[in-house]
Parts: sequence; C-alpha cells; structure tokens
Amino acid sequence: MIALVILIVIAVYMVGVYNLLVRARNEVDNSWRQIDVQLKRRHDLIPNLVEAVKGYMQFERDTLTQVVEARGKAISAPDQASRVAAENQLTAGLGRLLAVMENYPQLKSDQNVMQLQEQLTTTENQIAFSRQAYNDAVLNLNNRIQSFPSNLIANNFGFKPAEYFKAAPEDQALPKVDLSLGTPHT
Amino acid sequence: MAAPHDSFWELERKNRRETALLVVVFILLFTALGCGLDFVFGNLRIIDDQITGVPLLTIIALVIGSIQSLVSYFGGAALVLASVHARPLLPDSPKEQTVLDVVGEMALAARMPVPRAYVIDDAAPNAFATGRDPQHSVICVTRGLIDEMDREELQGVLGHEMAHVRDYDIRTMMMIAVLVGGIAMLADFVYRWSWYGGFGARDGRGDRDSSSGGSGNAAALIAVAVFILAALAPIFSQLLAMAVSRQREYLADAASVEFTRNPRALLRALEHLAQTESPLKHASRGIAHLFIVNPLEGAGDDGEGFFANLLSTHPPLSKRIARLRAVAGEGGPDIAAVAVAGASPA
Repeated sequence: MIALVILIVIAVYMVGVYNLLVRARNEVDNSWRQIDVQLKRRHDLIPNLVEAVKGYMQFERDTLTQVVEARGKAISAPDQASRVAAENQLTAGLGRLLAVMENYPQLKSDQNVMQLQEQLTTTENQIAFSRQAYNDAVLNLNNRIQSFPSNLIANNFGFKPAEYFKAAPEDQALPKVDLSLGTPHT
Repeated sequence: MAAPHDSFWELERKNRRETALLVVVFILLFTALGCGLDFVFGNLRIIDDQITGVPLLTIIALVIGSIQSLVSYFGGAALVLASVHARPLLPDSPKEQTVLDVVGEMALAARMPVPRAYVIDDAAPNAFATGRDPQHSVICVTRGLIDEMDREELQGVLGHEMAHVRDYDIRTMMMIAVLVGGIAMLADFVYRWSWYGGFGARDGRGDRDSSSGGSGNAAALIAVAVFILAALAPIFSQLLAMAVSRQREYLADAASVEFTRNPRALLRALEHLAQTESPLKHASRGIAHLFIVNPLEGAGDDGEGFFANLLSTHPPLSKRIARLRAVAGEGGPDIAAVAVAGASPA
C-alpha cells in the first residue's frame, strides 16, 4: 500500500519535472524569436528617422549613410553570420547617430524627430533586453537540465542544453580611443 | 545572511527560502491555535493514542477567510484602482510615452506579458503593482514619478514593480491576509467562549479516554496553552505578515537588478525617493504594501526605532539603498553589518 503511494508520488513528480523542462525549452525558443521581432522593428523605424533628421543634419551625411547601408545589408543578408555582423554594424551606426543628434539642439523642437528618437531608444533597449531574456531563458533551461534530480529526466527524454547568445568578436575588442591633439578635423 | 558581494541571483534565492520559512511558521501557528481550540471544545480527541475528530473551528475559520480573500482576489485590481482614483495612462506627452515604453521594456526583460498602465494624479513620486496573476496585472505610477524620474530611474522602479507581478507577491500577501484574519478570528473566539465558561466544561468527553487518569490534567494544560496562544498569536501573526512583506520588498529590489542588470537604476531612484518622501492622498493601510515606498503619512521609512520597523510594510530606505550599493560593488557604510537577510526582522 505504502509502496503504491510512493510510486504514485514519484510518477507525479516526474511528470511535473518533464513539463517544467518542456516549458523551459519553449521559453528559450520563444525568446530567440523575440530578438528577431525587435530587430525587424528597428529596420522599419530607420527610414523615417533618417528622413526626419536629414534636413537638420546636412553635415552628418557619412553617419546617416552608414546607418542606411548597414540596414540594407541586415535585411538582405544571405546567412546568419553576415546577418549578425550587419546588425552589430547597425547598432554601432545608430549609436553614433543618436550621439551626434545631441549636437543639434534645434532637433529637440521637432516633435516628430523626438518621437522617432524615443521609438528608436526603446527599440535599442528592447533588442538588448530580448537578448538578455534569451540568455536568462537559456540559463534557466541549462540549470534544470544539469541539476539533480531533474537531470535524470532531462537526459532520459533527450533535452539538450542551449547555447548562449554570444557577442560578436569585434564587439568584444576594446575600442581604440585617440585623445591626442593631432591635426584638427574639418 | 547576505555576504557583502552577493549577486542578485543569490539574494533572490535566499529571499525565496526565507519567505517559504515564514509562510511555514504562519501555517503552523494557525494550525496550532485552531487545533488547540478544537481539542478544548472536543472536536478533536485523543482516543487510544490516535487523534480523531474533525477540527471544525479551524476549518470554519479557514473557509470564512478564504471567501473574503477570493472576493478581493477576483474583484482585485479594479477595487484597488478605484480606491486610489487611478486612470489609464495614455501617451499624451513624450514623458508618458517614455513611461509606457519602459513598462514594455521591463516586461520583456522579465519575460512576462505587458501589464496595463495606470496613473494617479498625485505629486508624490510612487508606484505600485496589482493584479491576481501576470496575465491580469496592472502597474500604476503617480504624476510625481513621471515628472521627476529619468529613464534610468524609471527602469529601476518599474522593474521592481514587474518583480512583484512575476513573483506573485500580490497573491502571497493575500494568502497571508487570510491566515492573519483566521488567527484573529480564532483568538477572538477563544475569548468569547472563555467568558461563558467554555473551558473545563467538557470533561464528559475526556472520560472516554479510559487508559489515563490524567486526561483531565491534559485537557486543562491544553486549555491554558491555547489561552496563552490566543493572547499572543494575533500580534505575532501581524509581525510575521509585516516580515514577509519586507522580505518581498527586498526580493523585488534584487529582481529589479536582475531585469535591468543595472543596480544604479534602482539605487538612484531610491536615493531620489528618499529625498522627497511624501505621503499619497488616497493610499490606505490595506494596500500600502503594494507601493515601492511606504505611501502613508508619517511612514518615516528611515530607521525610526526598532518597533516602528517591525510593523512596517517596507524595509527602511537606508537599508535597501545599502544593499543595492553592495550589489553595485560600491563602498559605503559597513556593508556586513547592514546587509543581514534574516537575523533581524527587517
């Protein structure tokens, strides 16, 4: 009698753990796709922003061009690796653009520009948070797959640890900062 | 005990363990009082070393408490929002749009659905979260918070509120309220019946226990114990409930750091709030625990004595700030002395 109760308890526990693992794995998949959603949102915002600030920032053509080109490369990238590289370039370019916009106080009076800037800021944040959410979901899944006793069930049913989202090697290189007072730029 | 440089993961784990412990103590207290009462009234008996009978009084107290709490659970957010005169937050201006965006960002970081956003027209900066589960959650900010906080601080505050939603704090506190109410009800019952000589008037049932001549003594002993418990339990349960509330506040702070990965966000927000402590016009004691800083008059969240702290829903701001400083790896006052996650009631 007692043995039966114990068996039932163990069975219920195993089912619970299995379902937990399934949920954890699905969350990893979902968060991965979330990153794409945010990246696409950014693609859609950029043309409007460039159009809106172009008039004010005639001297920043380079910065604007870099952003537009990176966006184009990201949309038409043939494979994952070049896509990731293009998106990182786009992040860098947008960072420069947002920083340069600070030099143009007249932009602050343009409501349209301010709205777009907020949209872009929140989208950049959401891209970062969606990557973080993905990594957190991976951490959660890997913890459960590797801890005892859920690892017994995980191994039995073929749950594999997931991979973390890695920053591109060029992102991890330290930027060179040149503070020398060399020849003045025009 | 929290070591000086615990990560927010560690802080969260410790916090959850301690909350679980407090809840267990709660349940034991409730059960002890209820079953003790049932023994005295003969609902429970010991016959031949076996406990038999139905703990009627305990069950009744539990049922009444549960009904009360289910009503507030489902009425829930709407009642709370009405009581503070909140209205939906609309993107009328860039600042409001920013707040809505930050709510979305924190929901993403917390891996939760986006809560509905509301606003209270009060100049005191504050925020609270309510709702029975993540799918029905609400985050409410005050006018003061929108006007005074910058984006980084907003992330810290709204991250803290998101944490309350994710960790089902609203539900936990509701369950605690049931137990506190149940204990108060039982204790009240003890005193009413003692006036009618309920105690010691039930020896008739004790006679069934043929094996011992000491059944009368046992009954009297239990009666005395129950009497003392009934006297102490209500205030003790209140203290426990406040302790749980404070634990959850620390937990929400740590989880806010988990979401933003930026301790300075909440740190700056709390330092800002410490400077502008002011009460809200429409907050009541019942919902005070939902706010990020105590919204009540004369809350004096800053170490106003041992007893004030014990009955406070929130830990002192200075301690919350010190813990965040420890996570941020900044120096400050003796961290080890302050960041103790369990030895003191705060």
